[in-house]
Amino acid sequence: MTSSTEPRIDDEEVDDDDVHALTAEQTRDPGAPGLWVYLLVGIAFGIVLTKGEAISWFRIQEMFRFQGFHMYGIFATALPTAIAGVQLLKRRWRRTLGGETIVVPPKHLGSGVRYAVGGTIFGLGWALTGACPGPLFALLGGGVTTMIVAIASAMLGTWTYGRLRHRLPH
Amino acid sequence: MRDILLRPWPWYVAGPLIGLFAPLLLWLGNRMFGVSSNLRHLCSAIAPRGIPYLSYDWRREGGWNLAFVAGIVVGGVLAGLVFRNPEPVAVAASTRASLAALGIHQLGGLVPRELFEWSSLATVRGWIVLVGGGFLVGFGTAYAGGCTSGHGISGVANLEVPSFIALAAFFAGGLLGTFVLLPLVLGIGR
Repeated sequence: MTSSTEPRIDDEEVDDDDVHALTAEQTRDPGAPGLWVYLLVGIAFGIVLTKGEAISWFRIQEMFRFQGFHMYGIFATALPTAIAGVQLLKRRWRRTLGGETIVVPPKHLGSGVRYAVGGTIFGLGWALTGACPGPLFALLGGGVTTMIVAIASAMLGTWTYGRLRHRLPH
Repeated sequence: MRDILLRPWPWYVAGPLIGLFAPLLLWLGNRMFGVSSNLRHLCSAIAPRGIPYLSYDWRREGGWNLAFVAGIVVGGVLAGLVFRNPEPVAVAASTRASLAALGIHQLGGLVPRELFEWSSLATVRGWIVLVGGGFLVGFGTAYAGGCTSGHGISGVANLEVPSFIALAAFFAGGLLGTFVLLPLVLGIGR
């Protein structure tokens, strides 16, 4: 099948992890926490990212240059904690605070191209800005006001992906 | 007391705490921790333009996550301005030397001022770092379907093969960016 004759891939066919995650039965749960709860959790996350210096351009450079342990230490402790927590919730606890069954929608591998290519493109931007999406927002709050430009540009990048999506290999 | 609030946290404090957010959000409301989706929600809110990828109920799907990201900004204000660490980030001396060789000398704060001040937008290299770098982050995370949080933490925590691939690719791109792209960009106009 050549790409010129390939039909336009619509939203159903392009595998979309975000939307899978988003359209789970979640939003209708009457016991679901209010937005303010997520705001508070976000505040905590912003504080941890900032105080842990994970949002520092210098720390990211130090990591990519293999010159310091700080960021590796963060990943090496964050990942086991996250794995243990999520696996415990899925396999043992099985219920959310509101009593819902815990559902983690699987990601679909497909050809894997989107992860390899998209990931590499993001990595290039990560090295330039020194920030992934979370840190972009934390830095904005922390007084690096030019990050609003990087955020706007990141939105344009996401928008452009949406526009070109049906032509990209996934 | 105030000194404790100002001091940065070591990796063994920050790392485990960062790792708690994926299970915490899952437990609170079956939510998958991931920040880059917010870029999509914001696009969907502002300019969906009939693009299928952006045409959905962003309030319903992304309301919680937009509240979360608003919290990140507030957290940044608290930890980065109110209780700001007055000392420069204590990166390795070798990193300082590497950056000096690239023409980065201002090591105060969390980011180098010569790249992230408003006036730097008038320079080619400042423009490429902020506008170009931001674009790559937004395009790449959307294409990959997640960022350091969504794939790197959440996806890996759920032991997803795609997320391990994505995390490796993030790092490969970062190395390419650090050793090839950044020296080129910072060399402009020097």
